[in-house]
Amino acid sequence: MTPMTIVSREPAALPAKPILGLDARLWRRAAWALLAITALGLPFVASGYHLFQFSQVLIYAIALIGLNLLTGYNGQISLGHGAFFAIGGYTTAILVTKLGVPYWATLPVAGAICFVAGFLFGLPALRLGGLYLALATFALAVATPQLLNYKGFDAWTGGSQGLLLSKPYAPFALPLSPDQWLYFFCLACAALFFWAAANLVRGRIGRAIVAIRDHPIAAETMGVNISFYKAMCFGVSALYAGVAGALAAIVVGFVSPDSFGLFLSLSFLVGIVVGGLASIWGVLFGALFIEFIPNYADQLSDLFGESAKALPGAIYGVLLIGLMYVMPGGVAGALRSAPRLFSRLFSRAKHG
Amino acid sequence: MTAFAHQLFSGLAMGGIYAILALALVMIYQATHLVNFAQGEMAMFSTYIAWDLIDRGMPYWAAFALTIVVSFLGGMAIERLVIRPFANAPVLTIIIVFIGLLLIFNSVAGWQYSYTIKTFDSPFPARSWFGNSFMSSHESGAILVTFAVLALVYAFFRFTPLGLAMRAAAQNPASSRLVGIRVGWMLAIGWGLAAAIGSVAGMMAAPIDYLDPNMMLGILIYAFAGAVLGGIDNPWGAAFGGFAVGVLENIAGAYFVGPEIKLSVALLIIIGVLVARPSGLFGRMLVTRV
Repeated sequence: MTPMTIVSREPAALPAKPILGLDARLWRRAAWALLAITALGLPFVASGYHLFQFSQVLIYAIALIGLNLLTGYNGQISLGHGAFFAIGGYTTAILVTKLGVPYWATLPVAGAICFVAGFLFGLPALRLGGLYLALATFALAVATPQLLNYKGFDAWTGGSQGLLLSKPYAPFALPLSPDQWLYFFCLACAALFFWAAANLVRGRIGRAIVAIRDHPIAAETMGVNISFYKAMCFGVSALYAGVAGALAAIVVGFVSPDSFGLFLSLSFLVGIVVGGLASIWGVLFGALFIEFIPNYADQLSDLFGESAKALPGAIYGVLLIGLMYVMPGGVAGALRSAPRLFSRLFSRAKHG
Repeated sequence: MTAFAHQLFSGLAMGGIYAILALALVMIYQATHLVNFAQGEMAMFSTYIAWDLIDRGMPYWAAFALTIVVSFLGGMAIERLVIRPFANAPVLTIIIVFIGLLLIFNSVAGWQYSYTIKTFDSPFPARSWFGNSFMSSHESGAILVTFAVLALVYAFFRFTPLGLAMRAAAQNPASSRLVGIRVGWMLAIGWGLAAAIGSVAGMMAAPIDYLDPNMMLGILIYAFAGAVLGGIDNPWGAAFGGFAVGVLENIAGAYFVGPEIKLSVALLIIIGVLVARPSGLFGRMLVTRV
């Protein structure tokens, strides 16, 4: 088995060299504060549709962390995470429309079902090497819309018509519009899942799953239970995707087989590659990217006419290959090496 | 019974197409131990080229031959320009590059030729052959073409010096280089051949499935299933697997699961075979020393 070395590695610690006279830690804190202010202030600046888009960014970000845990950190390639996203979405839609469960209570259920589904899919996946796993998950991604369309489940899934959900209002008489409320709801979920993932990869489990990726034999010798961690990783990853799918069903208010095709699964792959493999924070960039690029491409349809439909795919394709050439660490990798680059630049300037 | 025979034979015809595409997958797998996820989209693009040539008034078989040549050169160019720089990259990187290629071909085809479905005429006469009432003439023709492709590929690898050199380069690159085989070019030719073979699959599939940028996606999955079932390192196994999957898919679609979720059959075959017998029916068992 070839060792799956992946380009970006966790930095031991950011170099504490001062940049522009400020400590690196201070820079980091400033970035955090900026991020928090932007995230909290956004709903009061952005209008309805834009806010909806940002909610979707948060949702994609959750799904991308899940995929990145599996693919970036653990080295198991999944081209079919759209399927788990679909399971989550349909779980919520069915619970809300058919059984009258309140929307917020469906999230744990969707997560749990996806965890089990992911764990079960992860068991046979244990025996599949990188390439074969990619193959099986690719087939899963292509088959998903067909399965959702299956006539036998029509009574539950609504067939090709899909299911419609009504938009929830803000609880406790909070002075928020439904869009604003949903944004905050997604933000809270995203924050929780980011925090959990960041903790997960920093700890013992995180080291174990990275070790399995980089050198399975060595990891096993060190006492890491490979099958357990791999299957668990698949389960947790599917849980993330499932919760994201459930949130998407709530925010969009609609699920149908066509929304969970191959393109969605491949978008997730694009997202983690753009953001940076094996990076938790990078997925934010990836999520922004996969939300807004197809949108902007749509706006260019005046320029290109009907063929603008091809634009997102073309951009994705070129970027996937191009990034592998020049920036295999994605945005996160580039940012990670930026401080070192800057400090080198400035110190050189001083000496010269 | 007639209905069953009908399903069986049209399954065989589709199976032939899967077998050709599976053969193309094996071609690249043998040389590089990678499965080309863009194989289907490359074949789809070749089919559009053929459609374009015929649309400009070229006779069918001339367009057929020219498309194969263009696909061969295109495949070689892709290997040299896009794939070569990643020769020593990890599996994940290369799969990402393949997916990139898939997206590019799909969207360029949509851009150039629009997403509307086109009809693609069959080269075979409308009257069915040999009084065979179970198959349309195109289906019989597609099976014949499949056998012709298989025979040509066999002859190429068995009887020509270039075929021998390619086999050597795939089996033992280091020794091959020592005896003067240009291994890099053998890889490029392998990609070219795969693209050319794939284009035949596309041109045989288009009269049945119609021509649109997403036509090969399902076919690729069935070809995957066929290659995995027969053994992905064995061309004949993969061809057999292609036929078997075609028949299975058609019969399961007609009698068991319903035609609308036929693709899940392929998914089940892929996962089932990989779990129960990863080397496939005729593949070599791979033993890894740790």
